[in-house]
Amino acid sequence: MSEAVTIIEKGNVNNSSHKFTQDAALELQDVSIYYSENPAVRGVSCKFLRNKITSIIGPSGCGKSTLLRSLNRMNDFIDGVKIEGKISFGSADLYGEDVDPVEVRRRIGMVFQKPNPFPKSIYNNIAWGPSINGYEGSMDELVEQSLKQAALWDEVKDRLHGSALNLSGGQQQRLCIARGLAMDPEILLMDEPCSALDPISTAHIEDLMFELKSRYTIIIVTHNMQQASRISDYTAFMELGKLIEFGDTETVFTKPKVKRTEEYVTGRFG
Amino acid sequence: MSLISETDRKKLNRRKRKAVIFSRFCAAVTWSSVLLLAVLLYQVAADGIAWLDWQFLSSFPSRFPERAGIKSAVVGTLWLISLVALISIPIGVSSALYLEEFAKPGKLNKFIEVNISNLAGVPSIVYGILGLAFFVRFFALERSLLSGALTMSLLILPVIIIASREAIRTVPMSIRYAAFSLGATRWQTTWAHVLPASFPGIMTGVILALSRAIGETAPLIMIGALTFVAFFRLVQWILLLLYPFRFITGFPGPRRNFMSWLRPGYLYF
Repeated sequence: MSEAVTIIEKGNVNNSSHKFTQDAALELQDVSIYYSENPAVRGVSCKFLRNKITSIIGPSGCGKSTLLRSLNRMNDFIDGVKIEGKISFGSADLYGEDVDPVEVRRRIGMVFQKPNPFPKSIYNNIAWGPSINGYEGSMDELVEQSLKQAALWDEVKDRLHGSALNLSGGQQQRLCIARGLAMDPEILLMDEPCSALDPISTAHIEDLMFELKSRYTIIIVTHNMQQASRISDYTAFMELGKLIEFGDTETVFTKPKVKRTEEYVTGRFG
Repeated sequence: MSLISETDRKKLNRRKRKAVIFSRFCAAVTWSSVLLLAVLLYQVAADGIAWLDWQFLSSFPSRFPERAGIKSAVVGTLWLISLVALISIPIGVSSALYLEEFAKPGKLNKFIEVNISNLAGVPSIVYGILGLAFFVRFFALERSLLSGALTMSLLILPVIIIASREAIRTVPMSIRYAAFSLGATRWQTTWAHVLPASFPGIMTGVILALSRAIGETAPLIMIGALTFVAFFRLVQWILLLLYPFRFITGFPGPRRNFMSWLRPGYLYF
């Protein structure tokens, strides 16, 4: 865990990150996001590495959720959002003219803060995404496999056709993860996925993220610093829309390079 | 030893008394209107039940009370309301979906919204005048069932659109986001999630709007609905009757016997 990826001050990318170019699932270059002229994210540059968990931490209103939503173009649905800079997804420019946002969202899945299953059966919650995207395998198998990946199969296998709304909050959130996994995304974005859950459900989901790491790139926004230090390989600390520090989690939490980071992770503010 | 002090108990009792008084007031209001309805129904039924028979339903109006019936009124109403439903539901629900889900919010959208709300408050007779000028004259549909249905559809479209938009707005954004995050298009999201989730609300609006259309008479007077139809000429779309309309004006002659004719009609209605 010695690879400090980048130290960002005023939007400069540290050179040491270049050796990871091959592995970057997403690369941000000087990204700024405005809500009708008010900047929410200012000049963020960093790389999210493949098959790693990166957490974004920071005080409320620091722009971390905004940044996350820009990674699969969910900000497109909010009026007056303007984005500057470049986000590269593989060889493609995420906001390029020729990129279809629908295709982006198919390949970059998202789990939201509050569990939001469709008011349908458990089975249909998972099957709907693949079916509208022209999935041509056995749907039963896909549903089973997705639920198993999300560690929910044993709890729901006898009531697949019951309403998803009858599940507990933690189960609903795992169902939402399973729903995302059924699309076989390359990247999974998680926006405070455990903030509405009890500690046991949270532990379930954290275990799950470890399991999923081998197949997916995970970027998680969290308010919970213990969670960030437990689960993530890399940590980004943001404040007032700026990326203050980005590095491997151990460094950020034990010997951060920026004083502000240290103050935050030791709980002196935020 | 009581759990609360004497002054607290007094306050609590006062609050409880208020609750009891209010609930009794509500019950009294509810039951008095039920009672009123029961009395009216009884009175109508007592006089009208003798006239209730198949002949009454299946006969055209006639000068002779014993041969008269409400066939043309019933059939006309059913035709009219079916046509109105066919015209207004697809247009109304689609407009609501467009305004809520697809249209870019902006000045134009706001302008349309204000105008629809205003249209919902326009007196029905004005729609009648519009229907007369527009459908009957301009489109030369004449005094037909079709012009009647189109006029009625105009009348209830604002209501359907407003009710449907409200229903669509109650669908949480999180459901839409969930669908979008799975790579769904606007259309797929709307069709598979927004529409089913708002369906009960939309149906409520549609039923209220249609029941307004079924009871509305003024616009039809304006466009010249016939009130005495003794035979059908369906092919020419000349049939245009509205059932309640007949009870207001259209009885052939002031003969007393026809007054008893009213009661079985109400019973059916």
